[in-house]
Amino acid sequence: MSNNIATTPEELISKEYTAGFVTDIETETLPPGLSEEVVREISRKKAEPEWLTEWRLDALRRWEKMEEPTWAHVKFPPIDYQAISYFAAPKGDKPKSLDEVDPELLRTYKKLGIPLHEQKILAGVEEEPSQPRVAVDAVFDSVSITTTFKETLKEHGVVFCSFSEAVQSHPDLVKKYLGSVVPKTDNFYAALNSAVFSDGSFVYVPKGVRCPMELSTYFRINAENTGQFERTLIIADEGSYVSYLEGCTAPMRDENQLHAAVVELIALDDAQIKYSTVQNWYPGDENGVGGIYNFVTKRGTCRGARSHISWTQVETGSAITWKYPSVILRGDDSIGEFYSVALTNNRQQADTGTKMTHIGRNTKSTIISKGISAGHSSNAYRGLVRMNPGARDARNYTQCDSLLIGSECAAHTFPYIESRRQDAIVEHEATTTRVSDDQLFMCRQRGIEPEKAVSMIVNGFCRDVFRELPMEFAVEASKLLEVSLEGAVG
Amino acid sequence: MSLLEVSDLHVRVADREILNGVNLEVNPGEIHAIMGPNGSGKSTLTNTIAGQEGYIVENGDLRLNGTNLVELEPEERSYAGLFLAFQYPVEIPGVTNMEFLKTAVDSHRKQRGETALSSVEFIKNMRALVTKLDFNPEFLKRGVNESFSGGEKKRNEILQMLCLDPKVALLDETDSGLDIDALQVVAKGINEFRDSNNAVVLVTHYQRLLNHVVPDYVHVLLNGTIVKSGDASLALDLERMGYAWLEQDSGP
Repeated sequence: MSNNIATTPEELISKEYTAGFVTDIETETLPPGLSEEVVREISRKKAEPEWLTEWRLDALRRWEKMEEPTWAHVKFPPIDYQAISYFAAPKGDKPKSLDEVDPELLRTYKKLGIPLHEQKILAGVEEEPSQPRVAVDAVFDSVSITTTFKETLKEHGVVFCSFSEAVQSHPDLVKKYLGSVVPKTDNFYAALNSAVFSDGSFVYVPKGVRCPMELSTYFRINAENTGQFERTLIIADEGSYVSYLEGCTAPMRDENQLHAAVVELIALDDAQIKYSTVQNWYPGDENGVGGIYNFVTKRGTCRGARSHISWTQVETGSAITWKYPSVILRGDDSIGEFYSVALTNNRQQADTGTKMTHIGRNTKSTIISKGISAGHSSNAYRGLVRMNPGARDARNYTQCDSLLIGSECAAHTFPYIESRRQDAIVEHEATTTRVSDDQLFMCRQRGIEPEKAVSMIVNGFCRDVFRELPMEFAVEASKLLEVSLEGAVG
Repeated sequence: MSLLEVSDLHVRVADREILNGVNLEVNPGEIHAIMGPNGSGKSTLTNTIAGQEGYIVENGDLRLNGTNLVELEPEERSYAGLFLAFQYPVEIPGVTNMEFLKTAVDSHRKQRGETALSSVEFIKNMRALVTKLDFNPEFLKRGVNESFSGGEKKRNEILQMLCLDPKVALLDETDSGLDIDALQVVAKGINEFRDSNNAVVLVTHYQRLLNHVVPDYVHVLLNGTIVKSGDASLALDLERMGYAWLEQDSGP
């Protein structure tokens, strides 16, 4: 077995986390600390209108009076919010085209496998024809580097740009929807984000348009001692459709870094938003040193009748994950879905799940959560299904499965159901299983090496969720699981 | 050289000695049947040969084609040409039979320095095999043993055996719990598999499988040792008389 298990620390690390390199680039960073002046400075750097500066400052004042939530099943030393830098960006003006982008940055994205060049349809030399076309917004620390396929999307009326750009180009939309799903004071981290958010993505799909390609944002934390606080806003107008994917990585460092994002989705009548996440922030080393604190607020609102929002997440990274992508089912006949795979290994901790709030009539929600714990990790599912008095004939189905690998890890399930309706149907199924010695032995007897066997078993366990991911990302996710499980058996 | 050679095998599980000096020699082209009452050590023998954790070889030797198995990992024994059909095959939910079989076959090919088969080629081969064995092709799309009936699980073991084409196949009570039809399908699979270069070791309680797969040798395992060996007629004697008459010979 010695031939398939990393024997040196270097080998182990390089096998475990390939995105852990640092890009050597000159960075402009605000000094650590949080104050009105810092918030004003961020707003000034982005040349924001007065109302937005005030909006941020209001959030800051409210945040100062709030306390960190302590109900999650995670443990970490207190965070010194004055020790974090709230803005970091590669030096120089924002590049106007890809030719102006620092080659070092281009190399970074190439290394990460993120296509920043728009693939040419004709006479493509570098491009593999089988690769699907995906538009990318690349966010590096606090700013967006580039957004691809903007022109193609424009022809269809789709707006896809960085959040900062949207503030300038579509101020009315931003003003109308910012904070409309996740209010500034929603929770401690959302309030912090509202005060200091830097960049993120903005999407608007006009009435009746089916977005012609997958949209994606790739978040990269690079600078040291900084946090990343991005803000994403996606608006799907009546009868439109959009599928969006985000990916995230960070260098390996011994210090913990904070990532506190806010994502808001708005689906109007008959609109559909599919939001997929493949989260691979640096998880820390095998002893739990370093890694990202991923404290994220994601919520969508099915504002219109027959609208449909689905969250699909594959969470393999981060030292701590605190994340509950939720749907408010306001429109009649609207549908909310949450499909999740959360894998924790070594000393990782995850407390993740969803909230489905049924307000409209005949609303339906589905929750499929697959938690996998290995090593000494802890993995909790936390979910709330709420049936409001007006939610006639609302239905929810929840399936919550945990898989344990080894005997030192833990899995927890915290399902909450609040139903104010007699006719609501709420189903909850939960299972906990272990990768058994018998399963492993059967695989090995057939010639399948133990690590391959575990990843195959885990992939099988996650099948229902992977089915929901866009094809090319499903392959990616499955590979990621394999990498994240390295060393889980020994 | 014999294919499988078990000499003076002593095996301990936890602090109990289960096998105390088993000898067995299996040559190419042979079918051996191992019979014996519950608790006599039959499954311990097959699990030990396959390298299941917790079965500790205290003494003796295990060789496959001359290779010492004792120090090898289970997958290495598999590459060496050993196959064990399990008494209680386990489920792997969400992993299709096709995927499982291809992963296993590809691992073996890799060990032999061959490239992986293309999916198309593999599926074609599998369909042919499944048809030959009178299995429903839907079988391949289902999760490994996931909500399979007892009979289907056993058939699946036979399918895996034919896929991997081992040198020595140990079949641990593959006939238990089968109805007549399933028994015939399993027997057909074993007969399909056997040739002059490989060997089969059947662990069984009953004569009935041996009506379809005729053994060259029958061994009786009792209290951790082989107390009697004979030809196919021994199985008939056992069927008629049970094990009590042998019990006296092997007393402490």
